[in-house]
Amino acid sequence: MREISTQAIIDAVKEASISANYELGEDVVRAFEEGIEKEESPVGKDILNQLIENSLIARNQRIPMCQDTGLGVIFVEIGQEVSIVGGDFRSALEEGIRQGYKDGFLRKSVCHPFTRKNTGDNTPIIIHFDIVPGDKLKIWVVPKGGGSENMSQLFMLPPSAGWPGIRQRVVQTVAQAGPNPCPPTIIGVGIGGNFEQSAILAKKALLRPLGSPNPDPELGKMEEELLTEINNTGIGPQGLGGRITSLAVHIRMMPCHIASLPVAVNINCHASRHLELVL
Amino acid sequence: MNQVINLKTPLTDKDVEPLRAGDRVTITGIVYTARDAAHRRLIDLVEAGKELPFKVEGQVIYYVGPSPAPPGRVIGAAGPTTSYRMDPYAPRLMELGLKGMIGKGKRSDEVKEAIKKYRAVYMAAIGGAGALMSRAIKSARIIAYEDLGPEAIRELEVENLPAIVVNDTVGNDLYIEGTEKYKKK
Ligand code: SF4
Repeated sequence: MREISTQAIIDAVKEASISANYELGEDVVRAFEEGIEKEESPVGKDILNQLIENSLIARNQRIPMCQDTGLGVIFVEIGQEVSIVGGDFRSALEEGIRQGYKDGFLRKSVCHPFTRKNTGDNTPIIIHFDIVPGDKLKIWVVPKGGGSENMSQLFMLPPSAGWPGIRQRVVQTVAQAGPNPCPPTIIGVGIGGNFEQSAILAKKALLRPLGSPNPDPELGKMEEELLTEINNTGIGPQGLGGRITSLAVHIRMMPCHIASLPVAVNINCHASRHLELVL
Repeated sequence: MNQVINLKTPLTDKDVEPLRAGDRVTITGIVYTARDAAHRRLIDLVEAGKELPFKVEGQVIYYVGPSPAPPGRVIGAAGPTTSYRMDPYAPRLMELGLKGMIGKGKRSDEVKEAIKKYRAVYMAAIGGAGALMSRAIKSARIIAYEDLGPEAIRELEVENLPAIVVNDTVGNDLYIEGTEKYKKK
Protein backbone atom coordinates (compact mmCIF):
# COMPACT_ATOMS: atom_id res chain seq x y z
CA MET A 1 0.00 0.00 0.00
CA ARG A 2 1.18 3.49 -0.81
CA GLU A 3 0.40 5.99 1.93
CA ILE A 4 -0.79 9.54 1.24
CA SER A 5 -1.40 11.93 4.14
CA THR A 6 -4.56 13.96 4.48
CA GLN A 7 -2.37 17.03 5.01
CA ALA A 8 -0.87 16.61 1.53
CA ILE A 9 -4.40 16.38 0.14
CA ILE A 10 -5.60 19.48 2.01
CA ASP A 11 -2.63 21.52 0.77
CA ALA A 12 -2.97 20.37 -2.83
CA VAL A 13 -6.72 21.00 -3.02
CA LYS A 14 -6.33 24.40 -1.39
CA GLU A 15 -3.71 25.51 -3.91
CA ALA A 16 -5.69 24.07 -6.80
CA SER A 17 -8.90 25.86 -5.85
CA ILE A 18 -7.04 29.17 -5.81
CA SER A 19 -5.07 28.61 -9.03
CA ALA A 20 -8.13 27.33 -10.88
CA ASN A 21 -9.87 30.62 -10.11
CA TYR A 22 -6.92 32.94 -10.83
CA GLU A 23 -5.40 31.25 -13.85
CA LEU A 24 -7.54 30.50 -16.86
CA GLY A 25 -6.26 27.41 -18.71
CA GLU A 26 -4.04 27.95 -21.74
CA ASP A 27 -6.46 25.79 -23.70
CA VAL A 28 -9.28 28.29 -23.16
CA VAL A 29 -7.13 31.31 -24.01
CA ARG A 30 -6.09 29.57 -27.25
CA ALA A 31 -9.74 28.92 -28.04
CA PHE A 32 -10.48 32.64 -27.54
CA GLU A 33 -7.69 33.50 -29.98
CA GLU A 34 -9.01 31.10 -32.58
CA GLY A 35 -12.50 32.48 -31.93
CA ILE A 36 -11.37 36.03 -32.70
CA GLU A 37 -10.22 34.84 -36.14
CA LYS A 38 -13.60 33.30 -36.92
CA GLU A 39 -15.89 35.85 -35.27
CA GLU A 40 -17.78 38.04 -37.77
CA SER A 41 -19.37 40.47 -35.31
CA PRO A 42 -17.16 43.44 -34.30
CA VAL A 43 -18.77 43.51 -30.85
CA GLY A 44 -18.14 39.76 -30.57
CA LYS A 45 -14.45 40.17 -31.47
CA ASP A 46 -14.18 42.97 -28.94
CA ILE A 47 -15.67 40.78 -26.21
CA LEU A 48 -13.29 37.90 -26.94
CA ASN A 49 -10.36 40.32 -26.74
CA GLN A 50 -11.63 41.61 -23.41
CA LEU A 51 -11.91 38.08 -22.10
CA ILE A 52 -8.24 37.51 -22.91
CA GLU A 53 -7.42 40.76 -21.13
CA ASN A 54 -9.56 39.67 -18.18
CA SER A 55 -7.62 36.43 -17.87
CA LEU A 56 -4.32 38.35 -17.88
CA ILE A 57 -5.48 40.75 -15.17
CA ALA A 58 -6.67 37.85 -13.01
CA ARG A 59 -3.43 35.93 -13.46
CA ASN A 60 -1.10 38.88 -12.90
CA GLN A 61 -2.96 40.61 -10.08
CA ARG A 62 -3.93 37.35 -8.38
CA ILE A 63 -7.68 37.88 -8.26
CA PRO A 64 -10.44 35.57 -9.51
CA MET A 65 -11.25 35.86 -13.23
CA CYS A 66 -14.96 35.78 -12.33
CA GLN A 67 -16.62 36.79 -9.07
CA ASP A 68 -18.67 33.60 -9.08
CA THR A 69 -15.87 31.35 -7.90
CA GLY A 70 -18.32 28.50 -7.88
CA LEU A 71 -19.57 25.57 -5.94
CA GLY A 72 -16.69 23.22 -5.09
CA VAL A 73 -16.84 20.17 -7.34
CA ILE A 74 -14.20 17.45 -7.12
CA PHE A 75 -13.68 14.27 -9.12
CA VAL A 76 -11.48 11.64 -7.50
CA GLU A 77 -9.85 8.54 -8.94
CA ILE A 78 -8.18 6.66 -6.13
CA GLY A 79 -5.92 3.72 -6.91
CA GLN A 80 -6.90 0.67 -4.90
CA GLU A 81 -3.35 0.37 -3.58
CA VAL A 82 -3.48 3.82 -1.96
CA SER A 83 -4.05 4.20 1.75
CA ILE A 84 -5.04 7.59 3.14
CA VAL A 85 -3.46 8.30 6.52
CA GLY A 86 -3.86 11.01 9.15
CA GLY A 87 -7.60 11.56 9.05
CA ASP A 88 -10.58 11.02 6.82
CA PHE A 89 -10.35 11.54 3.10
CA ARG A 90 -13.66 13.30 2.51
CA SER A 91 -13.02 15.86 5.26
CA ALA A 92 -9.57 16.55 3.83
CA LEU A 93 -11.01 17.40 0.40
CA GLU A 94 -13.57 19.68 2.02
CA GLU A 95 -10.95 21.31 4.24
CA GLY A 96 -8.81 22.06 1.18
CA ILE A 97 -11.71 23.91 -0.41
CA ARG A 98 -12.54 25.70 2.86
CA GLN A 99 -8.97 26.98 3.22
CA GLY A 100 -8.59 27.87 -0.44
CA TYR A 101 -11.77 29.93 -0.48
CA LYS A 102 -10.78 31.73 2.72
CA ASP A 103 -7.12 32.45 2.00
CA GLY A 104 -7.63 33.00 -1.73
CA PHE A 105 -10.39 35.59 -1.16
CA LEU A 106 -12.79 33.53 -3.24
CA ARG A 107 -16.52 34.09 -2.96
CA LYS A 108 -18.52 31.85 -0.64
CA SER A 109 -21.51 30.86 -2.75
CA VAL A 110 -23.20 28.02 -0.85
CA CYS A 111 -26.49 28.48 0.99
CA HIS A 112 -29.51 26.70 2.49
CA PRO A 113 -32.00 25.94 -0.31
CA PHE A 114 -34.97 27.60 1.44
CA THR A 115 -33.68 30.16 3.92
CA ARG A 116 -30.84 31.07 1.48
CA LYS A 117 -28.56 31.49 4.52
CA ASN A 118 -24.93 31.32 3.39
CA THR A 119 -22.92 28.51 5.02
CA GLY A 120 -20.03 30.97 5.17
CA ASP A 121 -17.15 28.75 4.03
CA ASN A 122 -18.22 27.42 0.62
CA THR A 123 -18.91 23.95 1.97
CA PRO A 124 -20.37 21.39 1.62
CA ILE A 125 -18.82 20.44 -1.70
CA ILE A 126 -19.78 17.85 -4.33
CA ILE A 127 -17.40 14.88 -4.59
CA HIS A 128 -17.48 12.07 -7.16
CA PHE A 129 -15.33 9.12 -6.06
CA ASP A 130 -14.07 6.39 -8.32
CA ILE A 131 -11.80 3.47 -7.43
CA VAL A 132 -9.28 2.43 -10.08
CA PRO A 133 -6.32 0.02 -10.28
CA GLY A 134 -2.86 1.28 -9.24
CA ASP A 135 -1.28 3.37 -6.49
CA LYS A 136 -1.97 6.90 -7.72
CA LEU A 137 -4.46 9.43 -6.46
CA LYS A 138 -5.93 11.73 -9.11
CA ILE A 139 -8.03 14.72 -8.11
CA TRP A 140 -9.77 17.17 -10.46
CA VAL A 141 -10.78 20.45 -8.88
CA VAL A 142 -13.55 21.93 -11.00
CA PRO A 143 -15.39 24.80 -9.30
CA LYS A 144 -18.57 25.59 -11.23
CA GLY A 145 -20.50 28.85 -11.44
CA GLY A 146 -24.26 29.11 -10.99
CA GLY A 147 -25.08 30.98 -14.20
CA SER A 148 -24.03 28.21 -16.54
CA GLU A 149 -25.08 25.36 -14.25
CA ASN A 150 -28.62 26.82 -14.13
CA MET A 151 -28.94 26.53 -17.92
CA SER A 152 -28.03 22.82 -18.00
CA GLN A 153 -30.69 20.20 -18.78
CA LEU A 154 -31.34 16.47 -18.73
CA PHE A 155 -33.63 14.53 -21.10
CA MET A 156 -34.89 10.96 -20.83
CA LEU A 157 -35.53 10.42 -24.56
CA PRO A 158 -37.30 7.49 -26.13
CA PRO A 159 -34.71 5.29 -27.90
CA SER A 160 -36.45 6.02 -31.22
CA ALA A 161 -35.33 9.67 -30.92
CA GLY A 162 -31.81 8.57 -31.88
CA TRP A 163 -29.09 10.96 -32.95
CA PRO A 164 -31.52 13.49 -34.53
CA GLY A 165 -33.39 13.70 -31.20
CA ILE A 166 -30.20 14.14 -29.22
CA ARG A 167 -28.94 16.81 -31.61
CA GLN A 168 -32.18 18.73 -31.40
CA ARG A 169 -32.20 18.74 -27.58
CA VAL A 170 -28.58 19.81 -27.26
CA VAL A 171 -28.98 22.72 -29.69
CA GLN A 172 -32.31 23.68 -28.11
CA THR A 173 -30.71 23.76 -24.64
CA VAL A 174 -27.99 26.12 -25.84
CA ALA A 175 -30.45 28.27 -27.80
CA GLN A 176 -32.82 28.64 -24.85
CA ALA A 177 -29.93 29.57 -22.56
CA GLY A 178 -29.00 32.40 -24.94
CA PRO A 179 -26.87 35.00 -23.15
CA ASN A 180 -27.42 33.66 -19.61
CA PRO A 181 -24.48 31.23 -19.23
CA CYS A 182 -21.93 33.83 -20.41
CA PRO A 183 -21.17 32.60 -23.93
CA PRO A 184 -18.78 31.61 -25.41
CA THR A 185 -19.57 28.39 -23.59
CA ILE A 186 -18.24 24.84 -23.57
CA ILE A 187 -20.91 22.16 -23.89
CA GLY A 188 -20.58 18.84 -22.08
CA VAL A 189 -22.91 16.14 -23.39
CA GLY A 190 -23.46 12.85 -21.55
CA ILE A 191 -25.23 10.14 -23.53
CA GLY A 192 -26.36 6.82 -22.04
CA GLY A 193 -25.99 5.35 -18.58
CA ASN A 194 -29.07 6.25 -16.57
CA PHE A 195 -30.59 9.40 -15.09
CA GLU A 196 -27.73 10.39 -12.77
CA GLN A 197 -24.95 8.80 -14.81
CA SER A 198 -25.73 10.87 -17.90
CA ALA A 199 -25.32 14.05 -15.85
CA ILE A 200 -22.00 12.86 -14.44
CA LEU A 201 -20.81 11.92 -17.96
CA ALA A 202 -21.74 15.40 -19.19
CA LYS A 203 -19.79 17.07 -16.40
CA LYS A 204 -16.83 14.71 -16.87
CA ALA A 205 -16.80 15.53 -20.58
CA LEU A 206 -15.92 19.09 -19.55
CA LEU A 207 -12.67 17.89 -17.94
CA ARG A 208 -11.13 17.19 -21.33
CA PRO A 209 -8.84 20.07 -22.36
CA LEU A 210 -10.12 22.18 -25.27
CA GLY A 211 -8.52 21.32 -28.58
CA SER A 212 -7.82 17.70 -27.66
CA PRO A 213 -9.61 15.16 -29.86
CA ASN A 214 -12.30 12.83 -28.56
CA PRO A 215 -10.67 9.38 -28.17
CA ASP A 216 -13.59 8.00 -30.20
CA PRO A 217 -13.46 9.47 -33.76
CA GLU A 218 -17.19 8.78 -34.30
CA LEU A 219 -18.05 10.93 -31.27
CA GLY A 220 -15.53 13.49 -32.51
CA LYS A 221 -17.54 13.87 -35.72
CA MET A 222 -20.74 14.29 -33.72
CA GLU A 223 -19.07 16.98 -31.62
CA GLU A 224 -18.16 18.89 -34.81
CA GLU A 225 -21.68 18.58 -36.13
CA LEU A 226 -23.16 19.90 -32.88
CA LEU A 227 -20.68 22.77 -32.65
CA THR A 228 -21.49 23.91 -36.19
CA GLU A 229 -25.20 23.83 -35.51
CA ILE A 230 -24.81 25.66 -32.19
CA ASN A 231 -22.68 28.35 -33.76
CA ASN A 232 -25.24 28.79 -36.54
CA THR A 233 -27.78 29.99 -33.94
CA GLY A 234 -26.16 33.43 -34.08
CA ILE A 235 -26.16 33.88 -30.28
CA GLY A 236 -22.47 34.79 -30.27
CA PRO A 237 -20.22 36.09 -27.49
CA GLN A 238 -22.34 37.23 -24.52
CA GLY A 239 -25.47 36.56 -26.59
CA LEU A 240 -25.16 39.89 -28.39
CA GLY A 241 -25.03 38.24 -31.81
CA GLY A 242 -22.14 36.55 -33.57
CA ARG A 243 -20.48 33.35 -34.68
CA ILE A 244 -18.76 32.07 -31.54
CA THR A 245 -21.54 30.88 -29.24
CA SER A 246 -19.57 27.88 -28.03
CA LEU A 247 -15.86 27.11 -28.08
CA ALA A 248 -16.33 23.35 -28.12
CA VAL A 249 -18.71 20.45 -27.60
CA HIS A 250 -17.43 17.43 -25.69
CA ILE A 251 -19.32 14.13 -25.63
CA ARG A 252 -18.99 11.14 -23.32
CA MET A 253 -21.07 8.06 -23.92
CA MET A 254 -21.78 4.66 -22.35
CA PRO A 255 -24.35 1.91 -22.88
CA CYS A 256 -27.80 2.33 -21.35
CA HIS A 257 -30.96 0.33 -20.56
CA ILE A 258 -32.79 -1.10 -23.61
CA ALA A 259 -35.78 1.11 -22.79
CA SER A 260 -33.93 4.43 -22.39
CA LEU A 261 -31.83 7.08 -24.07
CA PRO A 262 -30.65 9.49 -21.33
CA VAL A 263 -29.03 12.71 -22.54
CA ALA A 264 -27.58 15.36 -20.26
CA VAL A 265 -26.31 18.74 -21.37
CA ASN A 266 -23.99 20.51 -18.93
CA ILE A 267 -23.17 24.03 -20.03
CA ASN A 268 -19.90 25.50 -18.85
CA CYS A 269 -19.04 29.16 -19.22
CA HIS A 270 -15.79 30.46 -20.68
CA ALA A 271 -14.53 30.80 -17.08
CA SER A 272 -13.86 27.08 -17.30
CA ARG A 273 -11.98 26.18 -14.18
CA HIS A 274 -10.45 22.73 -14.12
CA LEU A 275 -7.22 21.59 -12.54
CA GLU A 276 -5.91 18.05 -12.43
CA LEU A 277 -3.72 16.89 -9.53
CA VAL A 278 -1.80 13.64 -9.31
CA LEU A 279 -0.57 12.63 -5.84
CA MET B 1 -18.46 50.42 -34.20
CA ASN B 2 -20.35 53.46 -32.98
CA GLN B 3 -19.10 56.04 -30.48
CA VAL B 4 -18.95 55.24 -26.78
CA ILE B 5 -21.50 57.24 -24.77
CA ASN B 6 -20.44 58.43 -21.34
CA LEU B 7 -23.19 58.30 -18.74
CA LYS B 8 -22.97 60.04 -15.37
CA THR B 9 -25.19 58.82 -12.54
CA PRO B 10 -27.78 59.65 -11.31
CA LEU B 11 -29.61 59.41 -14.65
CA THR B 12 -32.56 61.41 -15.93
CA ASP B 13 -35.12 60.73 -18.68
CA LYS B 14 -32.95 62.94 -20.90
CA ASP B 15 -29.96 60.63 -20.42
CA VAL B 16 -31.91 57.45 -20.94
CA GLU B 17 -34.26 58.24 -23.83
CA PRO B 18 -31.65 58.68 -26.61
CA LEU B 19 -29.96 55.36 -25.77
CA ARG B 20 -30.50 52.56 -28.27
CA ALA B 21 -29.88 48.82 -28.11
CA GLY B 22 -26.32 48.20 -29.29
CA ASP B 23 -24.90 51.48 -27.98
CA ARG B 24 -21.68 51.09 -26.07
CA VAL B 25 -21.64 53.11 -22.87
CA THR B 26 -19.40 53.79 -19.91
CA ILE B 27 -20.85 54.66 -16.53
CA THR B 28 -19.31 57.01 -14.02
CA GLY B 29 -20.59 57.93 -10.56
CA ILE B 30 -22.41 55.97 -7.88
CA VAL B 31 -24.11 52.65 -8.62
CA TYR B 32 -25.70 50.28 -6.11
CA THR B 33 -25.21 46.52 -6.05
CA ALA B 34 -28.10 44.16 -5.39
CA ARG B 35 -28.91 40.54 -6.21
CA ASP B 36 -32.18 38.68 -5.70
CA ALA B 37 -31.97 38.29 -1.90
CA ALA B 38 -31.45 42.04 -1.48
CA HIS B 39 -34.20 42.81 -4.02
CA ARG B 40 -36.63 40.69 -2.04
CA ARG B 41 -35.88 42.74 1.07
CA LEU B 42 -36.18 46.03 -0.81
CA ILE B 43 -39.60 45.08 -2.13
CA ASP B 44 -40.71 43.95 1.36
CA LEU B 45 -39.81 47.43 2.61
CA VAL B 46 -41.68 49.11 -0.24
CA GLU B 47 -44.71 46.99 0.47
CA ALA B 48 -44.57 47.85 4.17
CA GLY B 49 -44.36 51.53 3.25
CA LYS B 50 -40.90 51.85 4.84
CA GLU B 51 -37.91 53.83 3.66
CA LEU B 52 -35.30 52.10 1.47
CA PRO B 53 -31.58 52.05 2.37
CA PHE B 54 -30.91 54.31 -0.63
CA LYS B 55 -33.00 56.69 -2.69
CA VAL B 56 -33.92 54.77 -5.84
CA GLU B 57 -34.86 57.76 -8.01
CA GLY B 58 -32.48 58.22 -10.93
CA GLN B 59 -30.20 55.47 -9.69
CA VAL B 60 -28.54 52.54 -11.39
CA ILE B 61 -28.44 49.06 -9.87
CA TYR B 62 -25.60 46.73 -10.80
CA TYR B 63 -26.51 43.06 -10.40
CA VAL B 64 -23.31 41.75 -8.86
CA GLY B 65 -22.09 39.76 -5.89
CA PRO B 66 -18.37 40.57 -5.81
CA SER B 67 -15.68 38.27 -4.47
CA PRO B 68 -14.00 39.49 -1.24
CA ALA B 69 -11.43 42.28 -1.53
CA PRO B 70 -7.89 41.02 -1.03
CA PRO B 71 -5.62 43.31 1.05
CA GLY B 72 -4.81 46.51 -0.81
CA ARG B 73 -7.79 46.39 -3.18
CA VAL B 74 -11.21 48.00 -2.83
CA ILE B 75 -13.05 44.96 -4.22
CA GLY B 76 -12.41 41.50 -5.67
CA ALA B 77 -13.74 40.34 -9.03
CA ALA B 78 -17.02 42.10 -9.85
CA GLY B 79 -18.72 40.99 -13.06
CA PRO B 80 -22.49 40.85 -13.60
CA THR B 81 -24.80 38.08 -12.43
CA THR B 82 -27.73 36.69 -14.46
CA SER B 83 -30.53 39.25 -14.45
CA TYR B 84 -33.70 37.15 -14.79
CA ARG B 85 -33.60 36.39 -11.06
CA MET B 86 -34.36 40.08 -10.43
CA ASP B 87 -37.26 40.18 -12.94
CA PRO B 88 -40.04 39.76 -10.36
CA TYR B 89 -38.80 42.84 -8.48
CA ALA B 90 -37.43 45.20 -11.13
CA PRO B 91 -40.70 46.74 -12.44
CA ARG B 92 -41.66 47.96 -8.96
CA LEU B 93 -38.28 49.66 -8.56
CA MET B 94 -38.58 51.34 -11.96
CA GLU B 95 -41.97 52.60 -10.89
CA LEU B 96 -40.16 54.23 -7.96
CA GLY B 97 -37.75 55.91 -10.37
CA LEU B 98 -34.92 53.42 -10.91
CA LYS B 99 -33.31 54.43 -14.22
CA GLY B 100 -30.73 51.82 -15.00
CA MET B 101 -29.89 48.16 -14.50
CA ILE B 102 -26.61 46.46 -15.33
CA GLY B 103 -26.46 42.68 -15.54
CA LYS B 104 -26.26 39.88 -18.05
CA GLY B 105 -28.91 37.81 -19.78
CA LYS B 106 -32.46 38.11 -20.99
CA ARG B 107 -35.23 40.03 -19.21
CA SER B 108 -38.92 39.11 -18.96
CA ASP B 109 -41.63 40.80 -21.02
CA GLU B 110 -42.85 42.54 -17.85
CA VAL B 111 -39.43 44.07 -17.30
CA LYS B 112 -39.15 45.18 -20.95
CA GLU B 113 -42.60 46.79 -20.71
CA ALA B 114 -41.63 48.58 -17.50
CA ILE B 115 -38.43 49.84 -19.18
CA LYS B 116 -40.57 51.49 -21.86
CA LYS B 117 -43.24 52.74 -19.47
CA TYR B 118 -40.97 54.22 -16.82
CA ARG B 119 -38.17 55.32 -19.19
CA ALA B 120 -35.30 53.17 -17.99
CA VAL B 121 -32.46 51.20 -19.58
CA TYR B 122 -31.03 47.70 -19.23
CA MET B 123 -27.37 47.32 -19.98
CA ALA B 124 -25.17 44.23 -20.22
CA ALA B 125 -21.69 44.03 -18.80
CA ILE B 126 -19.38 41.22 -19.90
CA GLY B 127 -20.31 38.15 -17.91
CA GLY B 128 -17.29 36.42 -16.48
CA ALA B 129 -14.99 39.40 -16.90
CA GLY B 130 -14.97 40.07 -13.17
CA ALA B 131 -11.29 40.96 -12.93
CA LEU B 132 -11.55 43.45 -15.81
CA MET B 133 -14.70 45.08 -14.41
CA SER B 134 -13.15 45.53 -10.97
CA ARG B 135 -10.68 48.02 -12.47
CA ALA B 136 -13.51 50.51 -12.94
CA ILE B 137 -14.52 50.38 -9.27
CA LYS B 138 -12.85 53.06 -7.19
CA SER B 139 -14.53 52.49 -3.83
CA ALA B 140 -17.03 50.12 -2.28
CA ARG B 141 -19.02 50.41 0.93
CA ILE B 142 -21.71 48.13 2.33
CA ILE B 143 -24.83 50.19 3.06
CA ALA B 144 -27.35 47.45 3.92
CA TYR B 145 -27.85 43.74 4.61
CA GLU B 146 -24.30 42.89 5.64
CA ASP B 147 -25.63 39.49 6.78
CA LEU B 148 -26.15 38.56 3.11
CA GLY B 149 -22.38 38.47 2.57
CA PRO B 150 -21.68 38.74 -1.16
CA GLU B 151 -25.34 39.67 -1.65
CA ALA B 152 -25.25 42.75 0.61
CA ILE B 153 -26.12 46.12 -0.93
CA ARG B 154 -22.98 48.07 -1.71
CA GLU B 155 -22.52 51.62 -2.85
CA LEU B 156 -19.87 51.56 -5.56
CA GLU B 157 -18.07 54.54 -6.96
CA VAL B 158 -17.29 53.65 -10.57
CA GLU B 159 -15.30 55.30 -13.29
CA ASN B 160 -15.98 54.36 -16.91
CA LEU B 161 -17.63 51.04 -16.16
CA PRO B 162 -18.13 49.52 -19.65
CA ALA B 163 -21.53 48.16 -20.74
CA ILE B 164 -23.71 47.70 -23.83
CA VAL B 165 -27.34 48.80 -24.08
CA VAL B 166 -29.65 45.79 -24.49
CA ASN B 167 -33.20 47.03 -23.78
CA ASP B 168 -34.11 50.64 -24.54
CA THR B 169 -37.18 52.86 -24.06
CA VAL B 170 -38.53 52.12 -27.55
CA GLY B 171 -38.64 48.35 -27.08
CA ASN B 172 -35.52 47.14 -28.87
CA ASP B 173 -33.81 44.03 -27.54
CA LEU B 174 -30.20 43.47 -28.61
CA TYR B 175 -30.27 39.82 -27.55
CA ILE B 176 -33.05 39.12 -30.05
CA GLU B 177 -31.83 41.44 -32.81
CA GLY B 178 -28.15 40.51 -32.51
CA THR B 179 -28.92 36.81 -32.64
CA GLU B 180 -31.24 37.24 -35.64
CA LYS B 181 -28.56 39.14 -37.50
CA TYR B 182 -25.98 36.38 -37.24
CA LYS B 183 -28.29 33.38 -37.47
CA LYS B 184 -27.45 30.95 -40.31
CA LYS B 185 -30.34 28.99 -41.71
S1 SF4 C 1 -21.71 31.79 -15.85
FE1 SF4 C 1 -19.51 31.49 -15.48
S2 SF4 C 1 -18.50 33.31 -16.30
FE2 SF4 C 1 -20.67 33.75 -16.08
S3 SF4 C 1 -20.83 34.73 -14.07
FE3 SF4 C 1 -21.27 32.56 -13.79
S4 SF4 C 1 -19.29 31.64 -13.28
FE4 SF4 C 1 -18.87 33.65 -14.12
